[in-house]
Amino acid sequence: MTRSAAKRRGNAARLGLMAVPVAFFAVFFAYPVAAIVARGLKADGTWQLGRIGEVLAQSDVRQVLWFTTWQALASTALTLLVALPGAYAFARYDFPGKQVLRAVVTVPFVLPTVVVGSAFMALVGRGGLLDDLWGFRLDTTVWAILLAHVFFNYAVVVRTVGGLWSQLDPRQEEAARMLGASRFAAWRTVTLPALAPAVAAAALMVFLFTFTSFGVVQILGGPAFSTLEVEIYRQTSEIFDLPTAAVLTMIQFVAVGSILALHAWTVRRRETALRLVDASVTARRPRGAGQWAFLGAVVATVAVLILLPLAVLVQRSFGGAGLGYYRALTEDEGGVFLVPPIEAVGNSLQYAVAATAIAVVIGGLAAVALTRRDAGRLVRGFDALLMLPLGVSAVTVGFGFLIALDEPPLDLRASWILVPLAQALVGVPFVVRTMLPVLRAVDVRLREAAAVLGASPWRAWREVDLPMVRRALLIAAGFAFAVSLGEFGATVFIARPENPTLPVAVARLLGRPGDLNYGQAMALSTILMIVCAVALLVLERLRTDRTGEF
Amino acid sequence: MGITKKVTVLAVGLGLVTLSACGSSDDGGTGGDGGGSRTVTLVSHNSWAVSKDVVAAFEKQSGYRLKVLEDGDAGQAVNKAVLTKDNPQGDVLFGVDNTLLSRALDNGLFQPYEAKGSGSILPEYRVDEDQHRVTPVDSGDICVNYDKAWFAEHDLTPPKTFDDLIKPEYKDLLVVENASTSSPGLGFLLGTAAKYGDEGWQDYWKKLKANGVKVAGGWEQAYNEEFSGSAGGRKAGADRPLVVSYASSPPAEVIYADPKPDTAPTGVAEDTCFRQVEYAGLLANAKNPEGGKALLDFLIGTTFQDDMPLNMFVYPVVEGARVPEDFARFGPQAKAPQTMEPAKIAENRDQWVKSWTSLVLR
Repeated sequence: MTRSAAKRRGNAARLGLMAVPVAFFAVFFAYPVAAIVARGLKADGTWQLGRIGEVLAQSDVRQVLWFTTWQALASTALTLLVALPGAYAFARYDFPGKQVLRAVVTVPFVLPTVVVGSAFMALVGRGGLLDDLWGFRLDTTVWAILLAHVFFNYAVVVRTVGGLWSQLDPRQEEAARMLGASRFAAWRTVTLPALAPAVAAAALMVFLFTFTSFGVVQILGGPAFSTLEVEIYRQTSEIFDLPTAAVLTMIQFVAVGSILALHAWTVRRRETALRLVDASVTARRPRGAGQWAFLGAVVATVAVLILLPLAVLVQRSFGGAGLGYYRALTEDEGGVFLVPPIEAVGNSLQYAVAATAIAVVIGGLAAVALTRRDAGRLVRGFDALLMLPLGVSAVTVGFGFLIALDEPPLDLRASWILVPLAQALVGVPFVVRTMLPVLRAVDVRLREAAAVLGASPWRAWREVDLPMVRRALLIAAGFAFAVSLGEFGATVFIARPENPTLPVAVARLLGRPGDLNYGQAMALSTILMIVCAVALLVLERLRTDRTGEF
Repeated sequence: MGITKKVTVLAVGLGLVTLSACGSSDDGGTGGDGGGSRTVTLVSHNSWAVSKDVVAAFEKQSGYRLKVLEDGDAGQAVNKAVLTKDNPQGDVLFGVDNTLLSRALDNGLFQPYEAKGSGSILPEYRVDEDQHRVTPVDSGDICVNYDKAWFAEHDLTPPKTFDDLIKPEYKDLLVVENASTSSPGLGFLLGTAAKYGDEGWQDYWKKLKANGVKVAGGWEQAYNEEFSGSAGGRKAGADRPLVVSYASSPPAEVIYADPKPDTAPTGVAEDTCFRQVEYAGLLANAKNPEGGKALLDFLIGTTFQDDMPLNMFVYPVVEGARVPEDFARFGPQAKAPQTMEPAKIAENRDQWVKSWTSLVLR
């Protein structure tokens, strides 16, 4: 067997593997979104493309687009600025409580925005920390939106960049300094280029999340601020102007698409093979006052920006009656639900397990298919497409599901499977981002050697790739799990009253007056927080030699 | 080896299909979709709530199993029903209020059915009496609520009317919801339009704005964050003692408190109310129309009507329904609420919301 034959066959196998994720995205993402856009732009059987111009000509639409874009760019920049030192500290320093802290900074990421938004007010709002100390408030200003975006996305940067940073060999930078480079020059010429792909990946994720921000903008910015996501929601749900919604969705697509293309292009130019080492050998105790001060500053930032709002939530979950709110969660009288609210924990866990399974299968296959860095343009394009669901409005996808998946054999509208399917759409990008770098780090020659020795591609994969990728797979599964645990936008459409998920239950409790409802919402949020933190801590234990981009 | 790969792909593909098939058969197995089946499906917004034994009573009485699909907020539920008109998700749609009624009717969402017992529906709630496409189910009043403790402490009489709200003594006290994204926010705007007329409301809102009205994104933010009389507001140190909410919010503050207070911590400004009526109808292409009819009959029967107040915090619309004592005492229905014809709302709402947005928010 010649090498080129093996390579050809390998490529064919990859294309075959890609069929499943491609089909998944075609059926559960592209088709529904295309269906709802087409419904909006087609009247009496003809395309109304003139609508695009009409909508774009409206000055308030242009204003919304401008605000959406600049706040996302500003949020991304600010998040990188605040979180990169954190990424460094988590990567290079050993300090007590590091693992717990790393799990806790990820908690905001899975909490419902409506809950976190209100807790965040305790930092920037009336009577909040800033108000107390310096007498100024940031709520209803754009600063509240930007800071809340940092709060939500801190973990994205710490994990994406920190993961790689901890595996970079510090001796390379030391060697540069020995050769006479200044500390900064050494960092700029050695470490920065190596980190660039991870920084770009983190920036991309943060941008996508903030570009489609909905709850944060509504709650902290107040009604004076409007993003594309808010407008799409308004046009679809309130005004029912589907043509305008369709045009706005297309604008969102074009914007997100250009960012993805830009990202793919920069990463391709920067991506190089890296000499990675075990993360445990690069981290050490801080030495000297300067390093301790740096670490102190990072921890203080985390404490104020992330721990304080979370602590406020926990504090509010204990009412005058001590554990009264928690006790109330187990009672089924009260009428908000058919079941005691605590059962939402079980529902959420079940949905999350199903969503994780789907995301791991789909994302895993995609990652395997995308392993080769020298693969064709088509494959790269697909890599970018997998990220697209993060940048598209949940309302669009939800309405699309409804009109697209309504015929047998895919009449899934009333089915529970729709919930994990929608959640998996958001989970897949995380799985791919986690597994891909590890798969790409596997030496191609190992696989070729196995093939030459007569192993089938499956056997070669099982014997060569799987052992190396197993941990990344577990971590990926954990992220998919956390994402589905917190998913709200799509779930709220489809969850049944007899089995609400945690975020849906929290939202329903908050939607009613009364001390007990408010308290139970806080208690349930605290439980969600704990479930998430415990899941992540368990994963931290599994995290050892190789970690992914995320 | 090509074959092995194909088998893997097939196996995974099959796994997914089976997984999804499980999902649909889960519902199909209970008879969800077939014609003449024994399941009736109610599509609702996500504020639907009912007691377990009331559902059991319906199932026993009618012989149908009740399945409920919650479909987002009220606007989303109606819009989705319009989109799926030819192949609806259920048999009955509940939760179309008077601000959305015209949209539902103009799109031909419902088929006529006069529910058994419609004779007992109170006259003020009846609509569409020649065609009977919708049946009123409940009503609620959107009103300004006030924080009793705050007004006692400041030795100030709480406001009673729309006119009061623009008086200087109530400056910077009121928080309302965004009329373009929130249902109580829209209701309050419509209330002012009904009171001051198609032109006059803008003038009123200018004065309201000058008097320091604050606009929050949604009810949750206004009530739980900004209103000093709510549980959340007290914890967050909120400083607005006036909020647009419902006439039924004060009884909810009593019922959902432990221990129960003797009196409600909040009150209602009587002449600031806008009446919201919610309707249900048999969907045009319902797969189980007979079941749907039975369900509509049940929704205006006293078993369900008596159960509604403490579940959805709304008022019954039929004669002879009993309202629980706490509910009637702390959240009496407004005597003279503002109302508006659904057709007039449909004609004006988008334009009004637009003007309101540029007037108040920009």
